[in-house]
Amino acid sequence: MKFGVVVFPGSNCDDDTVGVLQAMDQDVIKLWHKDTDLQGCDFIILPGGFSYGDYLRSGAIARFSPIMEKVIEHANNGGYLLGICNGFQVLVEAGLLPGVLLRNDFQKFVSKNIYLKTISNNALLTNGLDLNKAYKIPVAHADGRYFADAKTVQELINNDQILFKYCDKNGDISDETNLNGSIENIAGICNANRNVFGMMPHPERAADPMLGNIDGLEILQQIVGEILV
Amino acid sequence: MKFIAEIDVMPQKEILDPQGKAVKLGLHNLGIDAIDNVRIGRHITLEIDADSKALAGEQVEIACRKLLANLIMEEFSYEIKEA
Repeated sequence: MKFGVVVFPGSNCDDDTVGVLQAMDQDVIKLWHKDTDLQGCDFIILPGGFSYGDYLRSGAIARFSPIMEKVIEHANNGGYLLGICNGFQVLVEAGLLPGVLLRNDFQKFVSKNIYLKTISNNALLTNGLDLNKAYKIPVAHADGRYFADAKTVQELINNDQILFKYCDKNGDISDETNLNGSIENIAGICNANRNVFGMMPHPERAADPMLGNIDGLEILQQIVGEILV
Repeated sequence: MKFIAEIDVMPQKEILDPQGKAVKLGLHNLGIDAIDNVRIGRHITLEIDADSKALAGEQVEIACRKLLANLIMEEFSYEIKEA
């Protein structure tokens, strides 16, 4: 599988993402936002950062970058696509994932380790994850409050599209563990066709043993089907 | 002809606006207790070349729907006048 990590002006997690994929011995290239060719990549990742300075709304302007036309086409043809943090914001702005990401309910930027519970194994990103484990993953965002209307949320539930929820270290999900006011504690979802994934937490920042936490590596390894370390 | 569009983009009424809530608290701390329901949005002005006001309006409508507002969470209104 060949990975392409899109670099928008203001992306700042592209190197981390490329680094993790290289550490997993994957073929990975960066794709510049002005390019219009995905160069044969099978799996596209929109990394975290502050594309276009988060002007207007997070992800709103990046969504109209030249490369996005090809990325949208890729996703609509069933190609794999993952958005992390700002990448998730770009995907909802592009309409590739339902809902929106609003300002955190407490109005501040949050940067810390949180715990994630896997809600569905029925997606490439989560297929081998432990449903009973609380994965410790960092978040760093101001606009992470997932919101969708009641009908859309019901569809997400009915179609098993909620992949991750915010929980505590024991895996319990409650209002207290709802980091940013997201509806249903939602931290990550996929589309109905299960080829487009979006999540606010940063697995690529918890993927190097030297940093003392490889829970994020475990998540990203699902994509390449590697045996867990 | 040149027109000026004055556009307001506001969070939808049913969506919690934490920024507005925080500002309301600040206003109450100032002693202006009579203020309630503070909502914060965005005001955008832009110039547009068009043959008529109606055609300018069509362009503004597209701009609002496609980029300036996200209709899942925001609503917009605008006024167009001759520059």
